[in-house]
Parts: sequence; C-alpha cells; structure tokens
Amino acid sequence: MNNKDLKEIEKQMKLANEGLPEIERDLFADDRPSRIEPLNKYLEQFLNWARARSLWILAFGTGCGAIELRPLMTARFDAFRYGIAGRPTPRQANVFIIGGYASLKTIKRIVRSYEQMQGPKYVIALGSCTINGGMYYDSYNTINRIDHYIPVDTYVTGCMPRPEALIAGFNRLKEKIQAGECDGMNKYADNFDWYKANQKRIIKDWNMPDYNW
Amino acid sequence: MKEIINKLKNMVNVLKVVEKHPDLFFITLDKEQLVMALGYLKHTLEFKHLAFLQAVDYLEDNKFMLTYMIYNYELKVNLGINVFIDREEHTMFSIHQLWAHAWQYQRELHEMFGIDFPDSPRVNEAFILESWDEMPPMKRDFDTLAYSQKTYYQRPGRETSDPKEKMKDAKYPNYPESPKIRRDDE
Repeated sequence: MNNKDLKEIEKQMKLANEGLPEIERDLFADDRPSRIEPLNKYLEQFLNWARARSLWILAFGTGCGAIELRPLMTARFDAFRYGIAGRPTPRQANVFIIGGYASLKTIKRIVRSYEQMQGPKYVIALGSCTINGGMYYDSYNTINRIDHYIPVDTYVTGCMPRPEALIAGFNRLKEKIQAGECDGMNKYADNFDWYKANQKRIIKDWNMPDYNW
Repeated sequence: MKEIINKLKNMVNVLKVVEKHPDLFFITLDKEQLVMALGYLKHTLEFKHLAFLQAVDYLEDNKFMLTYMIYNYELKVNLGINVFIDREEHTMFSIHQLWAHAWQYQRELHEMFGIDFPDSPRVNEAFILESWDEMPPMKRDFDTLAYSQKTYYQRPGRETSDPKEKMKDAKYPNYPESPKIRRDDE
C-alpha cells in the first residue's frame, strides 16, 4: 500500500462536516467517535459501581414526559437520595432522558446534545412515544423509534409513566450499568454510519457538524 | 352586543351572525372587508385583544375558513370573525399592522396550511417543521399515516383495538345490542 492510498483512507476516515459553512469547518471536530474498551475486570467493576451511583441528568425536556422530572427531583420523590441530580449542560451530564415524543425539530437538538455529553453516557427513553410512536404513531412530526437515531439503554413504558415508574427505570439502568451492559456510547461509535444515515434521512437541512463532543 | 353588530352592519357586509353564548359571538364577513372591519372593531369598538387566528380546511367546499378571535375587555365579550377564502388561491391580507403579534399566527398558518400572507414579517421562516418539503401537513388531503410510514421506522408488533369492543369482550360478554340501537336513534 503506497502513501497515496493511505492518505485516501485517512481522508475517508475524516468527517466532512458538509452541513457547516466553509469558514466554520475548522472550528469543529472531524474525527469519528472511537470505541473505548473497558479497563481490566476489577477496575471496570469498581468504576461501574461508582457510575451507577452518580447519575446526572441532562436538563433537557424533549416532550411532555419532562413534566414527570419535576416531582422526581422535588420533595415527594426526591431522586437525589439515589444519587440522581440534574445538570444544566450536556457537558456535565451522563444520563439523557428522552421525555416523550421527539419531533422533527427536537431530534436535531437531541442528537446534538447527546453527542456533546461526556462518556460514559446513558439514555433512558420515557413514554410510549419513544418506543413505537405511542398515540402519535401516525403523526407527520413524531419520530416513531428513537433507538434508530441514538442508542437507548432503558425504556420506561407508559403514557405518562409516573415518577415511581421512572425510579424503577433508574434502578434498572443502575443494574445494567453495574453489570457492564450499558455501552451505548460504543454502540454509537461502532454503528456511526448507520445512525448518521438515519439522522440525515429525516433532518434534511443538516446545518450542524457531523460529530461534536 | 346587538348594538355593536348593528354598527358593524352599517359599515360592512355581515353575512351571518351566530350567538353561541351571551359572551361568545361569531360573525362571517367578506374577505375584502375584513381588515377594515377589524380596524374599526379595535379602534372604535374597543376589541383590543386578538386572542388567536386559526384556519379550518373545508376540503369538500374547496375553502379555508379563517377565524379571528378578538376580545373586548370592557364588555367581556368574545367575537369570532369568520372569513372564507378560496383553497386554490389561498392568499389573505395580513393584519400585523393592527396586532403586532399576528405575524406569528400568520407564519404558522403559512406553514401548516400554505396560506400566503404577503407583507407579513418573517412569514417564510420555518415554524416547527424545519426542512419540510411535502405539502403543508394540516391540509386535509395530506395523508399523515402514509407519510409517517414512509419516513420513520415502525416497530413491529404494534396492536390497536377498538376500546369499546375490547372492553365488551373482556368485561361484559353478555353485553346487549343496545348501543347500536342508541346509535341509530342518534
């Protein structure tokens, strides 16, 4: 393999960021997300134990389900006793709750927020709409399956699920994290082209970077 | 309220008056006289508040009906003004000069029904449907189920059932046929 071929392959591995204007392309990453292998067994187990006890939610209510996050956080259900707290920006959060229906306009923001979150990151899909469209299954503006656009770790069914159900969902997520089964981030990196193709199929005016962390 | 409608009748051609409640009236006006009538209602008859502006698609009559809902704080009366416009021509006069916030409603109607409002500010900006390239989705001849099936991924295994039939089978197997009789009576 000569130098030219190597350069060609290197070029293919870079993201084009074609959605951005020419002048902004240098400001954003052109590297693909890469797979992060777990550490050795016992260290990873300890890290997973720690991760399961520090779930910080991104404060981004994408649909009607976000209304259930308020009682979850406040006095009655008080999720902080489980180590669950809200954070204002994607950079500081590691759990993304898709609260109900995701519309065409929201999926763009969801993808961008998800990519900006630091790994390891987990997604809880809340409500029927994220699973199969729910009562909006025939809507022109509601994404039917959220797991074709970002990887999902846990689903909480219902329309709407109550905060108890959400806490059960969190417990399930914790179990999965401790067992080391939540590798949505690696799944996203491995199937990056498939996810991007699905996203670009519905977001027709792609005016954001192809990947941003 | 009758006084107000009589005053309006002296000025414009009122096609129809409907009283739904003592404080809710609907009148139908001509398309050309609408802006004049709204200006008169706002400045002289104290209907200061534009509550909303909406459209209904009458596919069978080939018409859009626009409803301008205005409110009088003195009399505490709602007045809805209906205007029929042609479904094919779908151009309407903008009222952003009278109520500044009307541009937002007009932008929404432009996106959802394809109704044109010349001179309305920012009317061509996307409201919620970014990068939409189909026909306006709130028109009744837009098949939203077909669009959804074509665009989004369906999860197999979805079941739907008529709630009435399902509950009848589950809870009341000996349920008499009376609902059908009742339905015929209606």
